[in-house]
Amino acid sequence: MANGWLTDTLILLPLGGAIFIAISPLPRLAAGLVALAVSLVEIAFWGGALSAFDYRTGAGAVQLQDTTTWFGDLGISYHVGFTGFAIWLVGLSAVGMTAAIAYAVWVGRQHARAYFASMLLLTTGLVGVFAAQDYLVFYVFWEAMLIPLYVLVGVWGGPGRLRATLMFFIYTMAGSLLMLASIIVLGVSQGSFDMVTAGYSNSDWIFLGFVAAFVVKAPIFPFHGWLPDTYREAPAEISGVLSGLVSKAAAYGFLYIAVLHFPRPTHDFRTPILVLAAIGLIYGSLLAFRAPDIRGVVAYSSLAQMGLITFGLFATNIAGFNGAVLQMVNHGLISLGMFMLAGLVELRAGTGRFDRLGGMAKGRPVLATVLMTLGIIALAVPGSSNFAGEFMILTGVFKSGWGWSVVGAIAIVLAAMYMLRLISAVLHKSRGSAVSDSARDLRLGELAFLAPIVVLLIFFSAWPAAITDHTFGQNGQTPGLVRFR
Amino acid sequence: MTLASSIRTPHVDWFAMSPALVLLGASAACLLIAVLFRPRARRYLSAWVTGGAFVGAFVAAALLYDRSGHPTGVIADEIVRDRLGALAAIVVCGAGLATVGVSWRTRLQTHRAEYYALLAAAAGGMCFLVTATNLITLFLSLEWFSICLYVLCAIDVELEGSLEAGLKYLVVGGFGSAFLLFGSALVYGATGQVGFAQIAQATATLGLKHDAFLVAGLAMILAGLAFKASAAPFHMWTPDVYEGAPTPVTGFMAAATKTTALVLTLRILTTAFPQEKQLWTIALAVIVCVSLAIGNLGALVQRNVKRMLAYSSISHAGFMLMPIAAGNALGGRALLYYLIPYSAMSVASFAVVAARERELGVPVTFDNIAGLGWERPFLGAALWACMLGFAGLPLTGGFVGKFYAFSAVYDHGWVWLVIVGAVATAVSLYYYFGLVRALYMRAPAAVGLAPAGGQPPREAALQTAVFGCLVVTVGSFFAVEPLIRLAKMAASSLSF
Repeated sequence: MANGWLTDTLILLPLGGAIFIAISPLPRLAAGLVALAVSLVEIAFWGGALSAFDYRTGAGAVQLQDTTTWFGDLGISYHVGFTGFAIWLVGLSAVGMTAAIAYAVWVGRQHARAYFASMLLLTTGLVGVFAAQDYLVFYVFWEAMLIPLYVLVGVWGGPGRLRATLMFFIYTMAGSLLMLASIIVLGVSQGSFDMVTAGYSNSDWIFLGFVAAFVVKAPIFPFHGWLPDTYREAPAEISGVLSGLVSKAAAYGFLYIAVLHFPRPTHDFRTPILVLAAIGLIYGSLLAFRAPDIRGVVAYSSLAQMGLITFGLFATNIAGFNGAVLQMVNHGLISLGMFMLAGLVELRAGTGRFDRLGGMAKGRPVLATVLMTLGIIALAVPGSSNFAGEFMILTGVFKSGWGWSVVGAIAIVLAAMYMLRLISAVLHKSRGSAVSDSARDLRLGELAFLAPIVVLLIFFSAWPAAITDHTFGQNGQTPGLVRFR
Repeated sequence: MTLASSIRTPHVDWFAMSPALVLLGASAACLLIAVLFRPRARRYLSAWVTGGAFVGAFVAAALLYDRSGHPTGVIADEIVRDRLGALAAIVVCGAGLATVGVSWRTRLQTHRAEYYALLAAAAGGMCFLVTATNLITLFLSLEWFSICLYVLCAIDVELEGSLEAGLKYLVVGGFGSAFLLFGSALVYGATGQVGFAQIAQATATLGLKHDAFLVAGLAMILAGLAFKASAAPFHMWTPDVYEGAPTPVTGFMAAATKTTALVLTLRILTTAFPQEKQLWTIALAVIVCVSLAIGNLGALVQRNVKRMLAYSSISHAGFMLMPIAAGNALGGRALLYYLIPYSAMSVASFAVVAARERELGVPVTFDNIAGLGWERPFLGAALWACMLGFAGLPLTGGFVGKFYAFSAVYDHGWVWLVIVGAVATAVSLYYYFGLVRALYMRAPAAVGLAPAGGQPPREAALQTAVFGCLVVTVGSFFAVEPLIRLAKMAASSLSF
């Protein structure tokens, strides 16, 4: 098929980079720079894929397809391609992983080759999840994401990392294995594992198996048990990748697999899922408001934001979907940026605890500006891209019942509360005990990976339609979507 | 008229037996080497001869696979020449070849030539057993390789626990053989036949489907084979023997013995007892559940790596009996595919343990393996890949194997067994990733060990063997189609 090689390249390029870094005897800096170069090239190829994607043709919404038989007797093939909304998430992954790799190059990581190889492998996993058009291939990439994450948290994490990785791993694998059982039941009974030509089902059990994997990974209340430990113990950029990018794989799974391939179970289960999302939204916001450190706030706000995105997805209408996709990109960028800022503040002050921070704005204008800008966008002031996303989500979910919109609106107020608390606790107030004069402002190298994130957010604030008009094609003919218009 | 010419001898298809014959020849040569050469020369010569024999047997088995499109009986239907047996022989020879590499620098000082002689003879017995179509051949060849393994387990008399392992294996193995023999006698008593196909025929024509003797005999044969495959509840010997035996031997047993026992289980159940399918599918499902439970729960609490791998091998007996329990063509294919990456992972993981053992001079535990991933990057990565494979995660053939096994069971209509398998897999992650955690995430200093440091021991043979296994483990994930085709053609020599 036309331009299928772009998809393959996007998947295989980081994998090749990972293998190269793993086996070649590069010094630390060189390994990082090679990884950075590979991920920059990945962004370039993504640009190519975006321009090759034809949003005007409604028909055949999965584009840039490539198919190779993997094992024929069970009807499984390596079938990849992008839907209109997936391509934005691929872009988010490429940009986000590049920023995270740049962060790691900047702060320097031990065992550099293993680290950067894992990061590139993670990129392959992420892109593959968004590209997979075959259930088993989806599962393979889904798990391929987990393996490097396990190592990245477990080797480079903080002192409590062993416990954190164990929790993270057990939670996510329990979900994944239920998904595998569902995939087997679905695929073997249909004789094909293809998502485009087959794979629609009305079975509640199969649906729930998939949902189990997604609610854990996202996470959705009450499946977030792994979240606080993991986000706190992981290296800062890995926490950012987890909450910004990996959780989007779960949101994508909700949208592309759960909602679009299981219309009837989605209809049957949407109220319970919306209730859980609402609880997570309010509960996460409240916890974020009470969290004692920067990472705690960002971690729990992630739980809240994933609840909001789930709102949009299970609104099951175009407005909700578009808002959710926009919000996925927004939250991905914000969360990654926030975690990296948290990491940089921790590097300077030795702690992220609010009771020992404060007054960092004085004499550090760049840090203050970046944190402020990110925070303002995160709390969804009108005119920001987050506002656009949340507005669309609330519009979408309003059609299902005004009560949901009220919950969402309350949560947006709460978001303002916890974000402003974070900003003032770090930047303003009196100078904290951990903040010394030697704590420098953001340096140019640090801006190199933070500025693009801020610029992208400002770009989407100015033109949110860049995403929302380019998600489902003009006729909305993503497979299965027609029903929900 | 001489006596010889008065006895009518059957036509013998020597080619059909060539893998076993090559290995037996090497075994004899090694025994000669043991007496004719000086100790230093013995060591290398016998290893080369055995390694060469494994290559030869591998090639012979591959040729045999290629030229045995239609199953034909050999030596008056004592054995059969078919692709199923040839594929199993290929796996056994591959495992044996890797084992020779792992054994190259074994700490065994005396009886090196005898060691290789026994290894080759055991593999020869296995190659013969997988072709058995007759209860007598089955029992004889089972004893043939078992006796070799009893001695191999005990061969390192200096090693603490080696003698114990050998004795334990001998006693419990003898028990298993007795079961098998008694079961065979009962089946013969019920049907009057010893050939597998004839048993099925007699069962059908004489209406013996519910005959108590036949059913009891089937149960005992199953138990005897389950002993060899170390499936629970017939697994008691496994942890002790795996722990006590010299590590390369353990790796060989985990890979080749299991392959042989499982392939033979598949063959005898489908050819001799198709009438009792209702019974043995249920019986195997029970064995599967018990093996998964005991293997996984037992492994959770192990601190010794070899014992953990032993329990993991019990749980894998469960996973690999699953497709047999499914009793369908997909199941046959699944088993034969799964055996390939499984054998590679088994040999490789025990090889890494052997390397660490030689370096430290003490049994390898979760504590003293800490940091191996950073000190010996290649071995660490290989062990990591094996753990991923055992756990059934993607990028290894273990994933596809499990996927096929589950699919076969689902195809049979047992969703519950798929769920049991998924839960067992989830439990197994704890200990497989516990080992990965030890490899990479715990500094040796934290557990009170000096870093090994220094020049890594030169173990080119072992590393080559590990590399080969790694290629199979990872390669079988990508090259599923050709391997499945091999498995499919092999399984088609049975009638489901």
